[in-house]
Amino acid sequence: MKHTFSLLLENTFGAFDRVATLFSAKGFNLHSISIGETEIRDISRMTIVISGDDKVMEQAEKQLSRLVDTIKVVDLTKTERVERELALITVNYKNRSLEEIKNIGDIFRGKVVDINNRTITLEVTGPPAKIEAIVNVLSPFGIKEMARSGKVALKRGEQTKAPKKEYLQTN
Amino acid sequence: MNKPKKKLNGAEIFFECLRRENVEVVFGFPGGATLKIYEELYDIDFLTHILPKHEQGATHMAEGYAKATGKVGVVLVTSGPGATNTVTGIANAYMDSSPLVIFTGQVPTNLIGNDAFQEADIVGITRPITKHNFLVRDIKELAPTICKAFFLASTGRPGPVLVDLPKNIINSEIEFEYPEKIELRGYKPNYTGHHNQIKKAASIIQKAKRPVLYVGGGVVMSGASEELRKFARQNNLPVTMTLQGLGAFPATEKLSLGMLGMHGNYWANHAVNNCDVLVALGARFDDRVTGTVDTFATEAYKIHVDIDPASIDKNVLVDLPIVGDVKKIITELAAEMRGKPDSNGWLGKIEAWKQECPLHYKNGDGILRSGFVIERISEKTKGNAVVVTDVGQHQMWSAQFYKFQNPRSHLTSGGLGTMGFSVPAAIGASFGVKDRPIISISGDGGFQMNMQELITAVAYKCPIKFFILNNSTLGMVRQWQELFHGEKYSSTDLSSSNPDFVKIAEAIGVTSFATDNPDEVDNLLNKAFKITNRPVLIEFKVETEDNVFPMVPSGASISDMMMCK
Repeated sequence: MKHTFSLLLENTFGAFDRVATLFSAKGFNLHSISIGETEIRDISRMTIVISGDDKVMEQAEKQLSRLVDTIKVVDLTKTERVERELALITVNYKNRSLEEIKNIGDIFRGKVVDINNRTITLEVTGPPAKIEAIVNVLSPFGIKEMARSGKVALKRGEQTKAPKKEYLQTN
Repeated sequence: MNKPKKKLNGAEIFFECLRRENVEVVFGFPGGATLKIYEELYDIDFLTHILPKHEQGATHMAEGYAKATGKVGVVLVTSGPGATNTVTGIANAYMDSSPLVIFTGQVPTNLIGNDAFQEADIVGITRPITKHNFLVRDIKELAPTICKAFFLASTGRPGPVLVDLPKNIINSEIEFEYPEKIELRGYKPNYTGHHNQIKKAASIIQKAKRPVLYVGGGVVMSGASEELRKFARQNNLPVTMTLQGLGAFPATEKLSLGMLGMHGNYWANHAVNNCDVLVALGARFDDRVTGTVDTFATEAYKIHVDIDPASIDKNVLVDLPIVGDVKKIITELAAEMRGKPDSNGWLGKIEAWKQECPLHYKNGDGILRSGFVIERISEKTKGNAVVVTDVGQHQMWSAQFYKFQNPRSHLTSGGLGTMGFSVPAAIGASFGVKDRPIISISGDGGFQMNMQELITAVAYKCPIKFFILNNSTLGMVRQWQELFHGEKYSSTDLSSSNPDFVKIAEAIGVTSFATDNPDEVDNLLNKAFKITNRPVLIEFKVETEDNVFPMVPSGASISDMMMCK
């Protein structure tokens, strides 16, 4: 089963590498990893998707927490959450298929972000399942290139238990 | 108004930090990237600098020192090969949770990544084998980083921490300020066990019919030996120990079952597999202890006390986890006991197992055997020496036949199983322990892996007894070849390539003896123990074909012990 972990991480030299090293060191099965800044300057948020049984997931959560640079780990799989992924997909087109591809883009609420005489690039965001779906539908046209951001996720609802900003900032 | 503080250079700051961390000994080897530090060292008198022959030796020495004293072992090496030579020693310390701080020189920051002379990405290389590591990229960060390194190495579950020091950082200057207090928001080890869990554990232990305490290295590290002894004696609880736990409970006491696991005692393994309550204290259910986990202590209610939450449920699922410092938790557990378990029948049963299959070695045929030698050493030192073993058959025989009385007395490479550990680790221990004899026991194979450090022992007049159990073979591998690989003794026979150990030792300046006669053992030991101001070596030429028993074959259940071939 796939689990989504959200990590708050010190934004320091080597912090990302340490998380990445853990996957080879412990043999965890990594699906996607994405990292970016948060509302607090020296803290980054990492969203990781790992697959394995419950025992592996428990170890993964503990091992991630054990890293000195990890401030907080939450297994989002256990909670209501918002999940998004962004994909840029470049597809071959011919005159007769251009309209069809644009229609598919519209259905998935995508945008055309680039076009030339041979290829068209669509931007799509949404839950990973939606990205999977558009990828499937576009495949027959011939996907030239694709870049996916990996999943980012946050808990839904009011965050009463989120680490207090004051705490994180003062020390 | 704050007075402007005096500016210090990186090397001065380095030693000022070491002084404040009460460092007494540094094991180091100089080089290009650390020249400035060695320039400063010239005038430093608050610590002793020990120069080994190889950086791997330095790291094992620091670990020997750390294991024997409980203090942080400090290593100082140069960049590139100096740093990479420490890798095995760091991995060893990581597996055995020994507190080390390793300082490595690094090329100047502007050359990092340029394939500069003697450059190695040691921070990248050691990432999976350190508790944490740092590259100091600004002189402002130097003092806080060193402070953090010592804090991380010695708190929670201890471990090695590496600090990489680029040459230009060490050469630059800044106003020195030592952080009074450091706070790492992602690192908050939990020392106090959950009270209700402890209460519950006490009530389960007192109702147990067949309890066993399974004690690991964590008890030794947290200094919980006294608390454990009191707790076990007051409640009549039998104690079995892991390789790293030996010494936590006196081997000669009736409640001691000795070591468990792959080469553990017959009665200890049977006790663990038949107990109804198993209390793991600072132990991690290592595969060498459990055998196949599916059949490990299946009937037992398992209580697991450990400072590292990641150790809980890692190998064996437990019923009652308690995360915290084992010393605090045993004390609290003892206070919560409202009566002791009725374990007399159980202790009788264990005693019967002991009578059924005691440890033994062949004797009376005039052939010298390792078990006999270890027994004589144990007798001679009354179980009070610091015994530093290597890896292999002699290590298991030492664990079986030496009657350890005290914690921090059995230093060995447990988790990683590093041959070549004993000689340097014993040297390290000798700088921390002055009131007890220090004994290094190696096989002929492992001894040759770091025997150059014998030169270091002579240089510093370390009063160590170096004992080689020479069976002319890589014994433990040979044993597996004999039992499981069709007696194909591939690359394990050392009989034609072994050097004359006595001559080597003498060339280095070590008084040395050799014997293959059981009747001479006591005599030679007496001679060796009379020498107390310098190293001495005895080569015991022992039987080649002896195997270590009992043995739980790899992947088997610990109740399926082999008692002989």
